[in-house]
Amino acid sequence: MAGREQHGMVQKRGVGHWFTHLGLIIGVLIIFFPIWLAFVASTVTQPEIVHPPMPLWPGDQFFNNYRDALVSGVNAPVAKMLLNSFVMAMGIALGKILISLLSAFAIVYFRFPGRKVFFWLIFLTLMLPVEVRIVPTYEVVAGFGMLNSYSGLIFPLIASATATFLFRQFFMTVPDELAEAARVDGARPMRFFWDILLPMSRTNIAALFVILFIYGWNQYLWPLLITTDPSMNTIVMGIKQMFPSGDDIADWPVIMATSILAMLPPIIVVISMQKLFIRGLVDSEK
Amino acid sequence: MEKRVTFKGWLLPICLLLPQVIVTAVFFFYPAGQAVWQSLFIPDPFGLKSQFVGLGNFEFLLGDPYYRAAFTTTAVFSILVTVASLGMALFLAVLADRLIKGSGVYRTLLIWPYAVAPAVAGVLWLFMFNTRVGVVSWYLGILGYDWNHVLNEAEAMGLVVAASSWGRVSYNFLFFLAGLQAIPKSVIEAAAIDGARFWTRFRTIVFPLLSPTTFFLLVVNIVYAFFETFGVIHTITSGGPQQATTILVYKVFADGFVGQDLGSSAAQSVILLVVVGLLTVIQFKFIERRVHY
Amino acid sequence: MATVKLSNLKKSFGKTDVIHGVDIDISDGEFIVIVGPSGCGKSTLLRMVAGLETVTSGEVQINGAGVNEMEPMDRNIAMVFQNYALYPHMKVFDNMAYGLKIAKTPKAEIAERVQSAAKLLQLEEYLMRKPRELSGGQRQRVAMGRAIVRKPDVFLFDEPLSNLDAKLRVQMRLEIKQLQRSLGVTSLYVTHDQVEAMTLADRMIVMNGGIADQIGAPLEVYANPQTEFVAGFIGSPATNFLPAALVSGAPAGTTVGVRPEHATLTTPDHGLVEGQVSYSEALGSETLVHLRLSSDAAFTVRQNGMEPAPEEGHACGVLWNSSDQMHFGADGRRIATP
Repeated sequence: MAGREQHGMVQKRGVGHWFTHLGLIIGVLIIFFPIWLAFVASTVTQPEIVHPPMPLWPGDQFFNNYRDALVSGVNAPVAKMLLNSFVMAMGIALGKILISLLSAFAIVYFRFPGRKVFFWLIFLTLMLPVEVRIVPTYEVVAGFGMLNSYSGLIFPLIASATATFLFRQFFMTVPDELAEAARVDGARPMRFFWDILLPMSRTNIAALFVILFIYGWNQYLWPLLITTDPSMNTIVMGIKQMFPSGDDIADWPVIMATSILAMLPPIIVVISMQKLFIRGLVDSEK
Repeated sequence: MEKRVTFKGWLLPICLLLPQVIVTAVFFFYPAGQAVWQSLFIPDPFGLKSQFVGLGNFEFLLGDPYYRAAFTTTAVFSILVTVASLGMALFLAVLADRLIKGSGVYRTLLIWPYAVAPAVAGVLWLFMFNTRVGVVSWYLGILGYDWNHVLNEAEAMGLVVAASSWGRVSYNFLFFLAGLQAIPKSVIEAAAIDGARFWTRFRTIVFPLLSPTTFFLLVVNIVYAFFETFGVIHTITSGGPQQATTILVYKVFADGFVGQDLGSSAAQSVILLVVVGLLTVIQFKFIERRVHY
Repeated sequence: MATVKLSNLKKSFGKTDVIHGVDIDISDGEFIVIVGPSGCGKSTLLRMVAGLETVTSGEVQINGAGVNEMEPMDRNIAMVFQNYALYPHMKVFDNMAYGLKIAKTPKAEIAERVQSAAKLLQLEEYLMRKPRELSGGQRQRVAMGRAIVRKPDVFLFDEPLSNLDAKLRVQMRLEIKQLQRSLGVTSLYVTHDQVEAMTLADRMIVMNGGIADQIGAPLEVYANPQTEFVAGFIGSPATNFLPAALVSGAPAGTTVGVRPEHATLTTPDHGLVEGQVSYSEALGSETLVHLRLSSDAAFTVRQNGMEPAPEEGHACGVLWNSSDQMHFGADGRRIATP
């Protein structure tokens, strides 16, 4: 008996065990199939796709299709769209982290008139996704002449307090004595922020960076509205623009190569920083 | 909760807050206020003047069969997306939780789609089911089923639901797996010693203990289906056929930017705002309850 | 080297007064222990000296100069915190050097001062480690080292030993005392542990509800407590208190205090009070005999461990010298014995 329960778990053995794996493998295959198909399509020729069924195994056009996409694309070179997406995602992630760190520091470590009001105003913004206020936000951005610009892509999306709230929660868990010790050591507020608080927040910053980078990279509606110039398109919204409007047949290999390129950076970020990513996800929802 | 230690002064903290305050005021509060303000007006056909109509835009919307249809569509769509993605995720999480070794490998394999943008997911599924070149639609044709989501409303809805749920499975899987792994093994062992078989254990012990996670995911997924699926709808169906997949967020976009009906679009924004507000309140109530749990 | 003077020092949070006015003159090199139960305001008092709490009224002077409005760093003090407050992301060396770096001390001097402090505290081999890689006692030493390297005028200790286990606490207590003696730095030390207070202090401040009940050398406080609270708090086991009515000859309306070590057991009807043994605790060197008096009050007698302990339920009398008997008024103050 003791031997059977040695893992301290109620566990299926033998056949049941293999069914578990089988179920998971089928699940993984279903989840993977659309990505696999896109990858295959990005390595074959247009005729192979338009005369269905298309092959389910990669062809030999990998370099041609990706080169076509990156260098010329359909409306704009995909390389340029990748750059735009990268600037936007980095801008949103870094910008939001920067302003949130500063304001969370102010709210937690200072007492000043109006502090409560600031806190509640910022807290209010937690509730409203950009989708709900697109028309007036568009007008504001247009009024500043920020259409088709990186700042127009970035600023409206950092105007929310999720990150501020997270950093506030984290700062509250930093022992009071550390700030006192720093004061006794002679550290002024910004020195304490820079020498103590920031290094202690490293993992939180990194985890949040992963989440925000993906959030920024995957934006669709906002870039769709404010980038009318194809050379300012981000890659995620640019794919849809590659479909012809009339009855013409879409350039599927290039479109699929672009799709793969569009998912690659966030996938790399998620897989390589899996632990931080999961932590960031769980933190940001609590 | 308050900090015991604080630094003196008010100028420095105000300066520290300033970037966030400016960005939030200009790109958040002002537009949100504008949305509320605009919802009370109807612009004249030349866009020169607006006429104050009070709650007229709202009255019109609530009487508008198209808007009511969009409400129903959104409800159906979000329920289907939530049920499909939660169901699939729970199934996979329960399986992965039964493994002692290797659940980490499956986790790594299953979190990929989280990184795929909804709009890209839309393109991938559009490609599979494309009426001319789609692999899945072609094989369905061989089996004698004539797939055409461009004309068939039910098929269009099915496709956007599948594409929207697909990316969500990863997210829900992560939370379900974490929830399952947090259930003390001794509880399950006790049930096993009491003679409960797997399904009974799941129904009577595991699922009730998992209910906080499930409820949380329910709210989060509804919010997702309401707002973040715009990319899927726009890439696959553009709200068609016959507005069969026009969800509320899509209608705000279509009326405001395509139809240029700013008053109505703003009123729709305000209604959505109320919906998000309600969902947020529900979520906070729930989090409070979970703290006491 | 410094003197510290607190003059009628008061602190309130809103309408709540937490320190009701403390006065003390601390001479150079003196070791002052502030002792009292939790919530008595002892930490607040220390933090006012440190400059971590504002002063509501009264004055803190260091070396004769008022420092009420000065930032902690300008007071030239160093503080050791209860949970050590080591910077978790810095190595031991950097933890100790941080204050010097901020003061823009030359690098060579920083290294030299940290090295000599580390040597003094036997921390030399841990300088390149992070705090989480150290044991509790080592962390405690690092916290002390951080205070030492700054060569402050005043050391402030806020319950520095309360996170250590009992054995280590005794050892560190000794080390702190020796260190303070050899460095000769004026020190204020907060603790709730009366044994720590007795062993470390040159003079101690016994705090009770925001009031300094008594200030004096440990033995003087023990021998001559000024209030009922001090008599009960200092000394272990605690002083026995009886209503005056139970003790013949005691002034009416007072409370009589008798230390357990001053009382002896005798045969029934021969004691100043009578009672029954409820139980005895034999601790080896001593035995604590707990009695239930005929008036239903509890009373403890400490006797030599070699003497035979009476059985439970055994009736006996209790005797003490009238010179050991203390009297406290209704306000808790000591009344001079006539």
